Amino acid sequence: MRVTSLNVGFMPLVDAAPLIMAQEMGFAGDEGLSLDLERAPSWSALRDMLSFGQLDAAHMLSPVPVAAALRLGGNGVALAAVSVLSVNGNVIGVNQELTERLKSEGHDFAFSDAHAAGQALIKAMDRELRLGVPFPFSMHAELVLYWLSALGLTAPDKVKIRTVPPPLMAGALKNGEIDAFCVGEPWGSRAVELGVGSLLLPGKAIWAFAPEKVLATRQNWANDHEDLCHRLIRAVWRASHWLADPVSRTLTAEVLARPHYLDVPAELIDRALTGQMVIGGTGEIREVPRFVEFHAGAANFPWRSQAEWIGRQLASRNGFDLDVAGQIASTVFRSDLYRAALGPTAADLPGASSKVEGSLSHDSAVASARGQLILPPDAFFDGLIFEPIAH
Amino acid sequence: MQGKLSIIVVESDRDRALRIVDSLRETGDSDIHIISDPTGLARQIKMRDPDIVLIDVANPSRDMLEELALASGPRDRPVAMFVDRSEVGLSTAAVEAGLSAYVVDGLQPQRIKPVLEAAIARFRMFQRMRKELAETKRALEERKVIDRAKGLIMKARNVSEDEAYAILRKAAMDQGKRVADVAEALVTAAALLS
Repeated sequence: MRVTSLNVGFMPLVDAAPLIMAQEMGFAGDEGLSLDLERAPSWSALRDMLSFGQLDAAHMLSPVPVAAALRLGGNGVALAAVSVLSVNGNVIGVNQELTERLKSEGHDFAFSDAHAAGQALIKAMDRELRLGVPFPFSMHAELVLYWLSALGLTAPDKVKIRTVPPPLMAGALKNGEIDAFCVGEPWGSRAVELGVGSLLLPGKAIWAFAPEKVLATRQNWANDHEDLCHRLIRAVWRASHWLADPVSRTLTAEVLARPHYLDVPAELIDRALTGQMVIGGTGEIREVPRFVEFHAGAANFPWRSQAEWIGRQLASRNGFDLDVAGQIASTVFRSDLYRAALGPTAADLPGASSKVEGSLSHDSAVASARGQLILPPDAFFDGLIFEPIAH
Repeated sequence: MQGKLSIIVVESDRDRALRIVDSLRETGDSDIHIISDPTGLARQIKMRDPDIVLIDVANPSRDMLEELALASGPRDRPVAMFVDRSEVGLSTAAVEAGLSAYVVDGLQPQRIKPVLEAAIARFRMFQRMRKELAETKRALEERKVIDRAKGLIMKARNVSEDEAYAILRKAAMDQGKRVADVAEALVTAAALLS
């Protein structure tokens, strides 16, 4: 088979694993693809390289293609999310001063209850909270704003959201530029390792099934290179399937640790993959099942309702019409391409392309092509039920 | 909007920054300011209220500028965006040259163009230099590994340096790999076994 090379960009994060392992484990090769993986220095650089054609596809924050469709930031080039690379996987952390104050006020750092942790944090603050996120258009920003505003700490008056690139997050916390952060692994664990902060919550405590990173392409590219796009979706899907097996974790951590990928010790990467999070300087471990989900529960399916939720959140902060923004957003997650790519495979596809978000409190069977699909809990911490208008 | 263009260059390397300023000066009379410390970058830029911000694509601090893209209202300048939407060719050239440029919405294209073209030319040169440096470094690293692998073979098989290299090269050809990759595998394996 003739091998086609694709230029694919990624940021150095644990959740770049599906792309990296698709290439390293030969899943790309099985589809006649060779992924030229390029590590990007920043999310904006990654988005621009994708927009202007230096890259064919990229590891991308799920809100970035939605923001582009709403003409927020970026450069007017339409981007598509052709599958979801990972669900959850972020951590919220605080500096040492806040750690001490939270402890002295009796917070247990249980690392699971977003209500308790949020209220304790609000009580511990005697001025505005400066919180670092990797990018203005990120699930990190969405989760943190959703969480804190539901508890009464509203932005921008009481919370200042600051953009800090993931690898610089620990440094910004140390230098006092921010009081807290929400970041993807291994960069939260890095802050713990450097002794500059501790972890307060996993992102999934706020929304139990938040689409974190997507496989993004230009809309034009996805439409004009249908066959290539299908092969890429399948290769990454198989890598995700492989990643879901606990046996794959050790090798994955070793490969991601390499200098040209994440360039951090494998031990640090292990934590997110196993869900064994070291939350503070004294080495306390909190176990978080499905800390980051690469595959199970149709994690890779680009639900249009997920995009719509993101679109409405962005719209409400920017004064756009919510219904119009939700409608535009839902067209960015290309469940049609995903179905066309995976229809001929063993993948079990859901019957619908949109779902009520936040309604599942335990594993639930849903209608699917093979009748074997189980969706995991997807609740919001405050019990919100989000009914999408898109179908 | 007439008068002097105000330009900010975000660059921590003093030498590079000066060279960029030199090339920008040739495009006309403008007020150029260099930011070398990215701490609080968005705040620094907001304070200076520039017309154009130039930053290296490779600079991770660039994401901090994206905050400004959300600034709304006519007084919250700069309404930053990536180059002018009407100049797609210019944007592509900038990205390829390794340059990110933020331009205030509404600034006339004829004022932006010469500045960006000068900056793009300068960044192209930087990128060439960076690539050459990276390749020289890599070649040097590979040489070191190959030398170590040769040493291991010479010791294990009691052969001369030339013969050791020939063995390495043959193994690489047989496996369809680069000599440097075979050498690295050998050195790694030897480290595990010793």
